[in-house]
Amino acid sequence: MADEKNVVVNVDNLVAGYLPGVNILNGCNLIARKGELIGIIGPNGAGKSTLLKAIFGQSKVREGSVYLNGEDITGLKADKLVERGVGYVPQNNNVFPSLTIEENLQMGVYQKPDRYDEGLELVTSLFAELGARLKQRAGSLSGGERQMVAMGRALMMSPSVLLLDEPSAGLSPVRQDEAFLRVSDINKAGVTTIMVEQNARRCLQICDRGYVLDQGKDAVTGSGRDLLNDPKVIELYLGSLGA
Amino acid sequence: MSGSNPLKKTPQKATGLHVGTAAPGVKKVDPILVADHVSRKFGGLVAVDVEHVEIPRGAITALIGPNGAGKTTLFNLLTGFDKPDTGSWSFSGKDLAGVPAHKVAKMGQVRTFQLTKALGLLTVLENMKLGAKNQTGESLFQSIFPFLWKKQEAEIEERALEILERFKLIKLKDDFAASLSGGQRKLLEMARALMSDPTLVMLDEPMAGVNPALTESLLEHILDLKTQGMTVLFVEHDMHMVRHIADWVIVMAEGRIIAEGPPDEVMKDEAVVDAYLGSHQDVDLGVVTGRITPPKDEK
Repeated sequence: MADEKNVVVNVDNLVAGYLPGVNILNGCNLIARKGELIGIIGPNGAGKSTLLKAIFGQSKVREGSVYLNGEDITGLKADKLVERGVGYVPQNNNVFPSLTIEENLQMGVYQKPDRYDEGLELVTSLFAELGARLKQRAGSLSGGERQMVAMGRALMMSPSVLLLDEPSAGLSPVRQDEAFLRVSDINKAGVTTIMVEQNARRCLQICDRGYVLDQGKDAVTGSGRDLLNDPKVIELYLGSLGA
Repeated sequence: MSGSNPLKKTPQKATGLHVGTAAPGVKKVDPILVADHVSRKFGGLVAVDVEHVEIPRGAITALIGPNGAGKTTLFNLLTGFDKPDTGSWSFSGKDLAGVPAHKVAKMGQVRTFQLTKALGLLTVLENMKLGAKNQTGESLFQSIFPFLWKKQEAEIEERALEILERFKLIKLKDDFAASLSGGQRKLLEMARALMSDPTLVMLDEPMAGVNPALTESLLEHILDLKTQGMTVLFVEHDMHMVRHIADWVIVMAEGRIIAEGPPDEVMKDEAVVDAYLGSHQDVDLGVVTGRITPPKDEK
């Protein structure tokens, strides 16, 4: 499994949780190949966010392993993971509100300050509007703009994989669509991306492959298109309402 | 649009609700709720500033708008959960300004909340029974003589069981409300609201956080309310739901009403598309991002 050449992230039979004796993930598998955009969907409590947190060392891994480019990174601390090329954008509180946009982006490379210029170039090529407002405080931004800063910060180290936890959460329809388009742009710039989403339909529309999690396991996987049209997925996770 | 609406039956929409051209504040043929110059400020922020709005009777009206548009604040004002700085409003012709929330509910206007407020340490059935109004046993004097309220209590219980049956919660009737899932709590809250025999039911984001498998039965229940002659006003971000069940849509942005009309027309309104829906509303994002080429029949 881990020996396949272009596999960036390989999650192997992961068991993880927060409280002793309570496992949220119960043997979960996931593979992300270079340049892929992976979507993770599933009902409330299926373990979607926990999976991202387990990859990023934020929840206790009890069994199984996580490999990044073939190296075992299971249970490493967040700063080590960032150094090795994992970027993570949590769902909430993902910017430093009292710092400016520029300072937020600097925080993204605090381990390697000399990479600031290079990172900034990537970020402003994706989010031109951030470059124009570097001195603005992040706390004064709208939800959609904050999401951009948070993604920008995670991109500063040019990660080999970007983990996004519900980038569209709490945004109105027009801002949600914008968020999805941004994620797609980031991915097109060559960043392997793993995204957890509640808005399953939109997520599957843009992702290359999707995983449906259920009760801590990867229940169904396939191309985004196949999952969108899979009757079982529709019934359980998309609902038959609306196109 | 990718595919047609897969729900078997499209509900019968109420039409002919308004007088003249649909525009913010348009007069309704038979309004149940009328508000004038209602405004509410939080510090320097004008949360709600509604000049005039009428909610049509016997229909399902959706209130939509971007985050922070003032939808929930307007709900709170109209139901007496918050006091406006200015304005007057009436329900079925009765002036409601200054009437506290519990009296508003007794008059037949009930609401649910975005974050459910079920009483966790009561059972589902007990929660339901609380929703009934004019209970004889509520009076201290009468409460000491069970024969005064026994019969009514039995009637209320029967009614509660009947509604629980309809909402498919009957199996859970003896469970504590705290043990229900988010979606089940939404159902319970709606079911409890019905215990008071309302004429106007106001639902604040009934679908938020509800598993898609449950949303369809929730939709059925809302449509059912209309069939039974009730008026429904709901706040929702899910545009498919709005399109599917609403007879009338009111759009708010920055505290004001920016558009009103039947769902299909409102959703084409330029101001609404700009402020809220975005131009990709009906498009597969796979097409927008160039990840797929659109099949001919979807164009």
